[in-house]
Amino acid sequence: MAISKDAIYEKVQGVLVDALGVDEEEVTPEATLREDLGAESIDFLDIVFRLEKAFTTDPAKPFKIPRGELFPENLPAMMSDEQFVKDGRITPLGSEELKKRMPFADFAEFDKNPTVQGAQNLLNVQTVVNYINSKLNG
Amino acid sequence: MRWIWIDKFVEFVPKQSAVAVKNVSLAEEYLHDLYPAFPIMPHTLIIEGMAQTAGILVGEARNFSEKVILAKIGKAVFHRLVRPGETLAYRARIDQLSETGASVSGTVRLGLQSDGPVVAEIELMFSHIDKNLAGAQFPEHNFVFTRQFTELLQSYRAAANITL
Repeated sequence: MAISKDAIYEKVQGVLVDALGVDEEEVTPEATLREDLGAESIDFLDIVFRLEKAFTTDPAKPFKIPRGELFPENLPAMMSDEQFVKDGRITPLGSEELKKRMPFADFAEFDKNPTVQGAQNLLNVQTVVNYINSKLNG
Repeated sequence: MRWIWIDKFVEFVPKQSAVAVKNVSLAEEYLHDLYPAFPIMPHTLIIEGMAQTAGILVGEARNFSEKVILAKIGKAVFHRLVRPGETLAYRARIDQLSETGASVSGTVRLGLQSDGPVVAEIELMFSHIDKNLAGAQFPEHNFVFTRQFTELLQSYRAAANITL
């Protein structure tokens, strides 16, 4: 059954409010999970569990988020790899790798100024919504 | 004093739910430490009891091969105080279980009746730490489910006739 993008957004917002203890107004599409909403590593597992619960409509067919698909693993390791990051900037090879690992993120801003900070900002609320949308309606 | 905050399991359904019991005795030192002349069980230790009940349930689901760590207390709401002489029943249910961890919801009640007065509602999240925190190194041996724990588990099994 198709679910509208607005409905997805609302549910994602609710999940983030519960998981991160933030106010609803703070959860905007552009809000980044780490910097703006204060998510730490353990919160990502919590968010995955809560999203799975929130988007399961039929218990016989639970909504599952495969490990590493929404929140890529080993990004910190990648960020300390010289072929991907040089002088605080992401190399073209690094950009390519990020796009492979995070196909749901919007890279428009990042491409203008591909810094490590910019890479961290790719993981925002809209990225989560895009991911869920592609899973449910894709 | 040993850091064991449940006395025994009375129900254990692998990968699903468990009920553990804690008898609160005035002989226990911690009861005298919070408020002088007003012995109550601290809420933090009630959460610990639920974490141990749920942690063993989550550990058993993977045959105690994972280092199961309490990662997050999603909710802890308390409805009444717990006094010496009372018996607590920790009822834990696994909501989600994955390669990387588990989420559990639990209710603490007075006495063993399933409709006994509610003491607390607690939601916990556990992490299988070797599968998370990429890059961090942890000791090889399982420091969560230790030998002391394994020995206790044997006696739990024998006493409760539970097949784990």
